[in-house]
Amino acid sequence: MTLKKYAVTFALGSMALLTAGATVSTAQSHVNSPDPLLGAPSVASETSHIGNLTGNAESGKHLYRRFCIGCHGPDGNGQGMNAQWIDPQPRDFTEATFKCRSTPTGTLPTDEDLYNAITRGFVTTNMPSWRPLNPQQRADLVAFVKTWSPRWAKEKPGAVLNIPPETPITIESILHGRELFQKLECWKCHGPEGHADGPSASTLTDSKGVPIKPFNFSTGERFMCGDTNRDLYRIFMTGLDGSPMPSFADVIQPNDGWDLVHFLRTLQVALPNQELTLWQSYKAAHGKDLKPIGPDSAGGAQ
Amino acid sequence: MSTKFCEGANPMNVKWSRWKTILTCAFLALAIVLCDARAASALPTGKVMAIPAFARKYGLPCSACHTAWPELNNFGQVFRDNGYQLMNDRDSPIWQNPSYFPISFRITPAWHRETANNQVFDGATGGNAIGSVTQSGFDLSGMDLWSAGTIYKNISFVLLPSSDPTAVWHFESAFIRFDNLWHSPWLNVKFGRFESDNLISEKRFLFLSNNGGSYQIYHFTPPGDSNNFGYGDNQIGVELAGHSANSYTRYSIAVLSSNEGGVNFTTDVVPGAPPASRSYDVALAFSQAFNAPGPPGESGFGLERVGAFAYIGQRPTAYQTQGGAPLVGIDNKPFYRIGFAGDLSYRNLELLPLFMYGHDNAYLGLVPGLASTQPTLPAGAQAPTFYGGFLEAHYYLNPQNVALARFEQINVGQQAFSNIGNGSNSNGNITAVSFGYRWYPIMFSRGGVALDGEYSRVRTIGEVPLSGDGDGTVANPNNAVWSSSIYFGIDFDF
Repeated sequence: MTLKKYAVTFALGSMALLTAGATVSTAQSHVNSPDPLLGAPSVASETSHIGNLTGNAESGKHLYRRFCIGCHGPDGNGQGMNAQWIDPQPRDFTEATFKCRSTPTGTLPTDEDLYNAITRGFVTTNMPSWRPLNPQQRADLVAFVKTWSPRWAKEKPGAVLNIPPETPITIESILHGRELFQKLECWKCHGPEGHADGPSASTLTDSKGVPIKPFNFSTGERFMCGDTNRDLYRIFMTGLDGSPMPSFADVIQPNDGWDLVHFLRTLQVALPNQELTLWQSYKAAHGKDLKPIGPDSAGGAQ
Repeated sequence: MSTKFCEGANPMNVKWSRWKTILTCAFLALAIVLCDARAASALPTGKVMAIPAFARKYGLPCSACHTAWPELNNFGQVFRDNGYQLMNDRDSPIWQNPSYFPISFRITPAWHRETANNQVFDGATGGNAIGSVTQSGFDLSGMDLWSAGTIYKNISFVLLPSSDPTAVWHFESAFIRFDNLWHSPWLNVKFGRFESDNLISEKRFLFLSNNGGSYQIYHFTPPGDSNNFGYGDNQIGVELAGHSANSYTRYSIAVLSSNEGGVNFTTDVVPGAPPASRSYDVALAFSQAFNAPGPPGESGFGLERVGAFAYIGQRPTAYQTQGGAPLVGIDNKPFYRIGFAGDLSYRNLELLPLFMYGHDNAYLGLVPGLASTQPTLPAGAQAPTFYGGFLEAHYYLNPQNVALARFEQINVGQQAFSNIGNGSNSNGNITAVSFGYRWYPIMFSRGGVALDGEYSRVRTIGEVPLSGDGDGTVANPNNAVWSSSIYFGIDFDF
């Protein structure tokens, strides 16, 4: 190849490169701000504390950009580019409202709550488990998530719910839980058999006005905020902020909460469990004596 | 005389050569400066998404699973190990819109320049000439038409028809995988044609040029060896694999046909190659990852993974024939490859070291024929061996920009015969270096684009380069063949 030919090739290559660069730049200029994470204030100073780990928001920013931005968006408001295809919608961090907490309704969650949420993921949504990230990285992400709302600078997380030791699983406990299920009108959303078909189920919306379905206990679906009895206890005692699921901490005595847990487990007919086994044998013998749950059992379900 | 290569008749013009080098370096520098300028100013990452096949399903950005696509990070590794599932309650395709179809296309239009010296070609005035063979121009890569996902919860699949640049198709991968048997991540069975469980995957790596676009040691055999095995090639068989919940611990055991991934028993993956059926190979791999802690108050250095592998196989040395035409490979003789590899991180720097030792039976060192009985081993024949490895480095400026470098060295430990090539043990030795830069300006959920610039140079002593550059003839086996690639491609995936 002569120098002339080579120079022509060089020129053509350079033109192609410039054209490609210009095209890309033009195509994206209307959607890109100079810094996609500019909306996150006080990144440098925010930290998180989970056990011995100290999360750093600056490190978390890079991780957020790599892993989270697609759904939660460059402004942290849950409006990432894929958000329009996702149901339920990604969390809006600017509101600092979180479903899975160990703190009272309306308060901020602890760092550990956020860490557990990132680690566990939400099995009924598109949010995966981020366990493949190492603990430090997850702690860094927690610190960065806290930069999206000024609430984190002004408020402290609520007091962690004190969960008493679990009471024995007995038929009396299950029956009492069944009474609470009737009395507290859980059935209005979750349905008498836990099929998510209560009379209010079709009317529910979240805090952004988006329709939302109550949890269907009968499908074998896992709980969003954890699988254990303690997790289930925590869910109805703290409520799921941002959803129609309220907190029952003010109306259920701590030990009575375990009775409700034991009854709710009997609704999970697709998941073999100790409570279900006990309940099924009781029902086989005393089923005729049980009043059905629902509007006709205003005087009590038992 | 070949007009295509006519300038090679005067290859040693130092002045032209210097100008070419200067212009080439300017071109690459321009590419890198432009890429970097965009990275520094536009930062389109902020709004980007990716994984054409899976982003549509899960809505994750491609950077979630890839350090830089197609290379996987640990989250992507876990996703892959789980059978392309996030292990939430929406893995089954029943949750998808019926119009969703998990398919993506990948192809790379490119400009490249290839040079190999120490070549023989027709001289301008008759007779042979010796010099360099140089080609340059615009080109296409092959095309991948990749479909993968779940058929049902815990049943996943991959179907990857792949074409060469002239649109001749073959199945690069095609398998079904039964995941999490007995609810255990340690038991997964894959059945079909797939890449061996290589800790450093050649199918997912970031170099594309002729000389840099493969790990030389994954395809190396000592000169004169009839063994067609390539560690980087996809194989056909069944694999049992398992992993811990976060894939820090991984293992795999595969039983594979001894036909280099070919189908139809008597068809080798290389068209026209003799059949190699009637025996089986075994591939083993194990790796363990751990977190490297960083200084107090800082995030850790990253995830470090180390692993070991072994491949024990057989290849025929004779054939059942009919009328001289081969029917079935017989008289199989063994070979093995063993080694260790790593995927090490230090903040934004990733290092990929690999060492491999290869040993072939002495019969495999014979030049292959179509004999109906095993040939007699000539006096002086010995088992050919080799050893070597590479160190590859990736520096991630951010999820959209990565600088690449690799050094590779392969030495023949023992030739099959003392008179092969130039008669020395160094005959066939390879030294290779590659540099590159990839910029991912677009990583939307429906597609991605990467601009890829590379320079790679390979020195092969006394033998034709594995890249295939040149005219296939070594002029002087006592000298090395230097083969180089300059490459600029636009790698896109939809």
